[in-house]
Formats: sequence, structure tokens, C-alpha cells
Amino acid sequence: MAAIQGATHTRMSHRLGAWLGHHREVAMKSLGELLSAWISSLMTWLVIGVALALPTLLYLIVMTVGDVSGDWDGRPRVSVYLKDEITAVAGQQLRDRLAAREDVTAATYVGADEALAEFQQHSGFGDVLDSLDSNPLPALVEVIPVRSEAGAVRLLVAALTAEAGVDRVVVDLEWIARLDSIVTLGERLVIALSSFLALGVLLSIGNTIRLAIENRRAEIEVVKLVGGTDGFVRRPFLYLGLWYGLGGALIAWLLIQASLLFLAGPAGRLLRSYGEQFVVTGLDPGVSMALLASGAGLGVLGAALAVRRHLHLIEPQ
Amino acid sequence: MIRFDNVSKRYPGGKEALTRVSFDLAAKEMAFLTGHSGAGKSTLLKLIMLMERSSQGQVLVDGANLNRFSRRQIPAHRRKIGVVFQNHQLLFDRNVFDNVALPLMIAGYQHRDIGRRVRAALSKVGLSDKERQNPITLSGGEQQRVGIARAVVNRPPLLLADEPTGNLDPALSAEIMNLFLQFNQVGVTVLIATHDLELVRRLGKRQLNLSQGQLKGES
Ligand SMILES: Nc1ncnc2c1ncn2[C@@H]1O[C@H](COP(=O)(O)OP(=O)(O)OP(=O)(O)O)[C@@H](O)[C@H]1O
Ligand SMILES: [Mg+2]
Repeated sequence: MAAIQGATHTRMSHRLGAWLGHHREVAMKSLGELLSAWISSLMTWLVIGVALALPTLLYLIVMTVGDVSGDWDGRPRVSVYLKDEITAVAGQQLRDRLAAREDVTAATYVGADEALAEFQQHSGFGDVLDSLDSNPLPALVEVIPVRSEAGAVRLLVAALTAEAGVDRVVVDLEWIARLDSIVTLGERLVIALSSFLALGVLLSIGNTIRLAIENRRAEIEVVKLVGGTDGFVRRPFLYLGLWYGLGGALIAWLLIQASLLFLAGPAGRLLRSYGEQFVVTGLDPGVSMALLASGAGLGVLGAALAVRRHLHLIEPQ
Repeated sequence: MIRFDNVSKRYPGGKEALTRVSFDLAAKEMAFLTGHSGAGKSTLLKLIMLMERSSQGQVLVDGANLNRFSRRQIPAHRRKIGVVFQNHQLLFDRNVFDNVALPLMIAGYQHRDIGRRVRAALSKVGLSDKERQNPITLSGGEQQRVGIARAVVNRPPLLLADEPTGNLDPALSAEIMNLFLQFNQVGVTVLIATHDLELVRRLGKRQLNLSQGQLKGES
């Protein structure tokens, strides 16, 4: 009994081994086919790569902008510009008074010289400012309110404007709201663009696989004649789809990394001018994996759809 | 092994290729299927392979009624039958060995067993020295023998052939038929459609004669 079970077990594991071996063989063979016809494969890979790179890049940009707006989100900064005649000491006193208010979280005094230095450093207009005789920038107190709703902030602004020595009060609330809608718009754009391009990838892989099926008609007929199951017939084409998708994703990854390097300089300068730290790290592993996985997934799916449509039409006659 | 019970086959075009055909082929028997061109020989073999289905009547193979087979059951059925069909010849994108190995790969054999069985089949048809060659470099008779090796490599209990000596000279034809006789001698049921009446008479095996889709006597 045990011996019989053992024998069955061995046979099963032999079967499993043969099945896995067949998978590996088919996978390697279809990859070999793609590489040996590398020019036409490269064309398909590039098409898929561009289609995957575009939405991913847009996604990265939207995420970065979202991060920037996220930093400010909920903590609008209120800039209280002081009248020219207010001395640094009086300005500090005003800061202390404002910081003590119930509806203020924090307040920072920025002297006129400091404001000038900051502006020179970030705006790129340093030379222009150097040519001026006097500092045109006023001193200010930066205030972070406790509550960030528009109504509460408006009340605070009114109260601050009434303070002695205050020239003007400016809130960046509108800018934040605008940035928020830009980010939302961007996110929608990413979704729409990804859907269109995913459809494009599916169709182009589907079409490539359809041609591959047509090219191997004789083989498919013989395989079906000698008892190949649908799964056996389907397998090489699914692997072909996998390699097309994965190769395309790899191209997309390279395109994105190159673009990020290309964009890093200007983007860094732009963000620093808003007081943001920006470091290009390239694609992080999570996004890279997601990119490869969606390439592979679209490849197999496109192949599966093509196989479903075309394979059962080929029967030995 | 094979049983036809009042089988008729009408193609979608409207033409009746087989009319009320009934016969029985016992296990380990060998028979020839003869008849004029268009008599229905290929159609009969395709019914056995489930490449076509009967319009009426029943085809039984090894006791199983083929009318009841679903699409999914067809591959397993075909794996039990070795076939030599003229328009499903060898694949020229791979060598002789890989052509013959195909049914074994499909059946999920291990590499080791595949090598052993393919070499046994090739040596049986006398082509041991050609396994690395592309079949396109072989003569017609050699290609035919590779096809036969592929049909028998899985050691099926039933072997079907549709005009296996079609374009061969008499000496080669006799040689090929001799191979089928050998397989029959070791217990394989064999059914061969052929035009070569001379050769059939000489071998003295059972003959099913089709005419206009009807079975017109045996000899
Ligand atoms: N797929 C098909 N569709 C329609 N008619 C067909 C089809 N296949 C065969 N026929 C018709 O059925 C009849 C029998 O054909 P079949 O191929 O079985 O003859 P055969 O005996 O094998 O002839 P041959 O010796 O020329 O090979 C013929 O009249 C043929 O035209
Ligand atoms: Mg025929």
C-alpha cells in the first residue's frame, strides 16, 4: 500500500516536474524568439514603453506637486507686512503679541534684511537687487493660524490688519486652493491617460500576438492533431505577451529615469524658490515594481484576449 | 476497437460524404480503406479523430461514444491515436528529433523518457542517424517515415494513416506498408486509407471499400 502510494506520489511529482520544465522551456523559447528577431521586437517594446512611461511620468509630477501643496495644506501662512517706520525691536514686540493670541499657533519675525537675503537666494534676481540703493522689501511677521478654514482665517486677517504698525496682510490661501485643484485635475488626467494608453498597449500586444498565431498556424494544427490541450497551445503565446509587456515596462523605466535626470535641475530650482527641498531619487522600488507588474499584466492580458479570439479558429483540417 | 453504427456525414455545403456506414474493427486488427477519389475515406478517418462529427449514427472508439465527447475531451482522445495525415506533415522550424518528440511533450513526458522513446521510434523507421537534421533536407520517403515515427512514438493502441504512400515509388511504398505491418504485429490496431489497390491485394489484409460514401463490400 505504502509502496503504491509512494509510486503514485513519484509519478505525480514527475508530472509536476515535467510540467514546470515545460513552462520554463516555453518561456525561454519565446524569449529567444523575441531576441533573435530583436529589431521588430524592439519596435513593439518601444511602443509599449512610451505608452507606459507617459502616464507614469505624469503621475510622478502630480505626486511631487501634491507633496508640495500637502506641506502647506491646512496650515496657510499669513504674512503680516509691517510699516516701514517699525523698528526691529517694535517688530519683535509685535511678534510676541501676535504669538500670544488664542487663534495663532506660531509667529516668526523676519527683518527686512533677512527677507532680502532670502529673496536673493531663491528668486534669481540677486543682481537686480544689488543694483538698488536701498532694500525695497518690508519686514514681516509670518503667522500660522490655529484654524485653517476660510472663515476663521478671514477673521484673523481682519484682526491682524487692525493691529498698530501693520501695513498689509497677505494670505496664500488662494494659491493653495488653486494648487489643490491642479493636483486633482492632474490625478484625473493620469487616470484618463493611463486608461487610454493601457487600451493602446492591449491592442498593440493583441495584434502582435495575432500575427504570431497566424505565423504558427501549421504548428498549432499539428499540436492539436496529436492531442495538445488548449492550455498547451495557448502557453507560448501567453509567454510571448509576458515578454512583450515586461520588455516594454523595462523600456518605460529607462525612459522615466532619463527624464527624471533631465528634469531634476530645473524642477529643483523651481521648488527651492518656494522654499521646498527637492531631491531626485529616481523611481522608488515600489513604483518600479508597479510599473513592471502592470507591463507584464497588460502583456499577458493582451495575449490572452488575442488567443481567445483567434486560437479556436485554427483546427486541423 | 472502432465501431461505426449507421454513420452518415453531411458537410455544411450540403454534400453527403458518408451514407449509413457500419463496420467493426477489432482490437489488434489491420484493415485498408479503399475507394475512388471523393468516396469519403478521409472523412471517415476524421470522424474517428473527432476532426469532424457525424451527422447521424454513432462512432465508437474503444467503447466510448464519440458523439458524447465535449470539446475539452478531444485532446485526451487524440492522444490515444497515432495519425499520419498528408496535410499535417512535419514542422520545418525544428529538427527531426523535435518533430517526433512533440506528442511526448504534449503528453508531459520527462526529458529522459522523451529521448529514449524518440530514439526507439526513429530506429524503428530506420532514421536513427537523421535526428539532428531538419526534415526539409530529407527525401519524401524519409519525411514520411519521420511522420510515422511521430505517430507511433507515444505507443498508441490505434494507428490511422491517410494515403501514407501517396507520392512514393513502389519500392518505398512497400517499405512503408511493411512498417505498418510490423506495428500491427506487436498489437497496434491499424486503419489505412489508400489508393494503392495493388499493394493492398498483395498484403492480403481486410479491405473496406467505399463508393460514393457507402460501404460497398469487404474483402
Ligand atoms: N470540409 C468539407 N466541406 C465540404 N465538403 C467536403 C469537405 N471535405 C470533404 N468534402 C466532400 O466530401 C466528399 C468526400 O471527401 P473525402 O475527402 O472524404 O474523400 P476521399 O475518399 O478522402 O478522397 P481522396 O481519395 O481524393 O482523398 C467529397 O465529395 C468532398 O468534396
Ligand atoms: Mg482523402
